[in-house]
Amino acid sequence: MTALVVEGVGWQALVEDTGRLGFADMGLGSAGFADRGSAELANRLVANPPGTAVIEVLFGGLAVRAEGAATVAVTGALCPLLLRRAGGAIRRPAMYEVVALSDGDRLELGSPTAGLRSYLAVRGGVAVEAVLGSRSRDTLAELGPEPLVPGSVLPVGANARGWPVVDAVPWPAWTAGGDTVLDAVLGPRDDWFEPASLAWLGSGAFEVSSEADRVGVRLVSERPLVRRLTHELPSEGAELGSIQVPPDGHPILFLADHPVTGGYPIAAVLTMTAVDRAAQLVPGQTVRFRLGPARARG
Amino acid sequence: MTAPRFLPAGEHAVLAEFGSLDDVAGRRAALVTRPIPGVTEIVSGARTLLLRFDAQMTDAAIVARTLAALPAVTPRAAESAIVEVPVVYDGADLEAVGALTGLGADGVVREHTERVWTSAFCGFAPGFSYLSSDRPALDIPRRATRRLVVPAGAVALAGEFSAIYPRRSPGGWQLIGRTETPMWDPTRTPAALLPPGARVRFVAVTA
Repeated sequence: MTALVVEGVGWQALVEDTGRLGFADMGLGSAGFADRGSAELANRLVANPPGTAVIEVLFGGLAVRAEGAATVAVTGALCPLLLRRAGGAIRRPAMYEVVALSDGDRLELGSPTAGLRSYLAVRGGVAVEAVLGSRSRDTLAELGPEPLVPGSVLPVGANARGWPVVDAVPWPAWTAGGDTVLDAVLGPRDDWFEPASLAWLGSGAFEVSSEADRVGVRLVSERPLVRRLTHELPSEGAELGSIQVPPDGHPILFLADHPVTGGYPIAAVLTMTAVDRAAQLVPGQTVRFRLGPARARG
Repeated sequence: MTAPRFLPAGEHAVLAEFGSLDDVAGRRAALVTRPIPGVTEIVSGARTLLLRFDAQMTDAAIVARTLAALPAVTPRAAESAIVEVPVVYDGADLEAVGALTGLGADGVVREHTERVWTSAFCGFAPGFSYLSSDRPALDIPRRATRRLVVPAGAVALAGEFSAIYPRRSPGGWQLIGRTETPMWDPTRTPAALLPPGARVRFVAVTA
């Protein structure tokens, strides 16, 4: 049976798929790819159906060895890649390129030059055991496949649709760096904030703090957001991408493993594209928000 | 029941706000019998329902209109069997809660066991159910300092709610007892013992 054997892990490497729908009312969120767009592109490159389980790598550092022949691709945060052939030859594959591994070949991800999370997809999918219908690790609920460690063996599944149709795709524009602007829809609790604070949320600069994980990204700015309504908010459901504002006035962006309910007001919710971008924010980086009203379909 | 207020919650969800916990329960019961096409997930809150939808099938305005037009179902019609949870009432805060409420420790146990509790919503951790009761709330303040470790199975009170900690975690609720009954088990269907709408009665047992 074909497998990927983990030989090195940097900060964190997790198995993630499209997520676990249907348990939110019991207090369990969906988890799943933090940057869905990058993960699904990796799946497409290796001819996997959407939603197939991949390896999500936090800030590079992963090394895997193929047991049997495997077709892989790495997307997301730009890491230098190193391929050590079983016979000793060394090659440097590109990101966003389809890479054929032979038995014994080892692929290593260096530290990224842009972005935070990279996705390694293997043709056929990572076929570890599913929990409640999903192969996603939920770091908040501590549920799903265990975080990868050196020695982890990841069976490769048969969940492929034919063969890759391209060798490589261009790197997406965001990997070029520069200021990050995140689109968000106002509400549900924008009216809980002073108008001047809402204006600042839509115009000011926010710095990504070091408290940034799959649950959320804490931002800091020179002007903490001030609430107009100060009474306690009864706990309510929170959406992926919520911009939640705790009492200190510094917003938190909710990512894939966010709590399903919360008692602090949510000023706005990121668009799905902005959620993907938020999952790639690196501590120290500056972000701005472009706030719009909720719009109807079409 | 008053008409809900609808608030935007991103491109794929809408938040419906109600006047009371009972209104939330009534609409959730109605949604179980008459699901709204395109709605993929519902998250209950204390005064709200968050409705997630597939934006290719529907939109926030249609979901809101459909929910507002749903005939109200009294939660009674959706009543389920009452789950009995055996509790050893020896919690570290039982005496303090007895003093706070003027009921004494025995009085707190009596109040806790004599009422039927209903799971209003979940959060904090998988299987952590906020239980409300049909009788006047005990209304217990949270502890001034949060405990770094609350053991799994701890039975607790805070505000108008009671809860059972599904697993070892930090927590600020007042601890009045403990149970062996698992609140969360991913191998069980449903994984949560007390999903929203479930009813529960606590039964005092000796250790």
